[in-house]
Amino acid sequence: MTSLPISRTELSNLVIDSLRDILEQSDRPIPATLDEQTLLFGKGALLDSLALVTLVVDLEQRLEEQFGLTLTLADDRAMSQRHSPFRSVGALVDYLEQLISEESDRD
Amino acid sequence: MTEREVVLITGSSRGIGRFLVDHFLERGALVEGCARHPVDWERLGYTHHRVDVTDESQVKAMLSSIHRRHGRLDIAINNAGIAAMNHALLTPGETARQILHVNVLGSFLVCREAAKLMRRRSYGRIVNFSTIAVPLRLEGEALYAAAKSAVEMLTRVLAREFAPFGITVNAIGPTPIETDLIRGVPREKLQQIIDTLAIRRFGTLRDVAHVIDFFVHPASDYITGQVLYLGGGG
Repeated sequence: MTSLPISRTELSNLVIDSLRDILEQSDRPIPATLDEQTLLFGKGALLDSLALVTLVVDLEQRLEEQFGLTLTLADDRAMSQRHSPFRSVGALVDYLEQLISEESDRD
Repeated sequence: MTEREVVLITGSSRGIGRFLVDHFLERGALVEGCARHPVDWERLGYTHHRVDVTDESQVKAMLSSIHRRHGRLDIAINNAGIAAMNHALLTPGETARQILHVNVLGSFLVCREAAKLMRRRSYGRIVNFSTIAVPLRLEGEALYAAAKSAVEMLTRVLAREFAPFGITVNAIGPTPIETDLIRGVPREKLQQIIDTLAIRRFGTLRDVAHVIDFFVHPASDYITGQVLYLGGGG
């Protein structure tokens, strides 16, 4: 695997910033800590389906604006993976690393 | 961010699209237009993009450009469309594919990318194009009417999906208007269509602009998922 143009910390911060904005905009309670263990979607998680859609679109836009990366996060593969990449912040960061790595290998 | 209203019109090189370019420029908007070909005219406040609306990457690039330059999109008008008048038994598969791609896939891609940009300000107005051929079930227009039926359903479902983002999605169903789209249709066939309408005359570009003005008005924020046919047809 080639080295990625974005560090894991940067990706993690990107997801958490986006998540915080979406929670603020939707007037949802924001937990004291948001980190890679934070659950995003599913039972007892932070987001409903509409907020998850917003997070996915917002992340695509941030990746393009801040890092010049054009990625499609919600393809059919992501939606059918048994362990959803959208279940937690950490899983989403793993998934982003995988997508960016595939994109870099293609170039 | 640009202070002025920003309007995207697809299929802006001629016909209804070109008329709408001038219409929105006159009301002080910045207009972004696209077509597969370049245009041989210029207008102050108009930017042309050479885009095939069925090409996902081209549509995405156009919306990225609008975002970079203006930071907003208020209105998207999905005017780009193609028709082919022919008996179903004489319609080649390739023609059928093109009609579905430009009308349905093209409208979908522009709606999706426009909504992503509109979402940022929690405001947007999308207008799609159907046709009187849908309610009239016009013979010789099977693929065109089928494609526009799909556009109507897209309009209704997207209206629900986009409502939480402050975006309305409506459609207009014009009657025959004297543009390039109907140039190849025999005059008597057009007259037969006109004769089925409540108001028996050709539609005009003004008629279309008037309905669009209504849909995109800021006060129309409680009007979404609607299809409005001109001339009392349907």
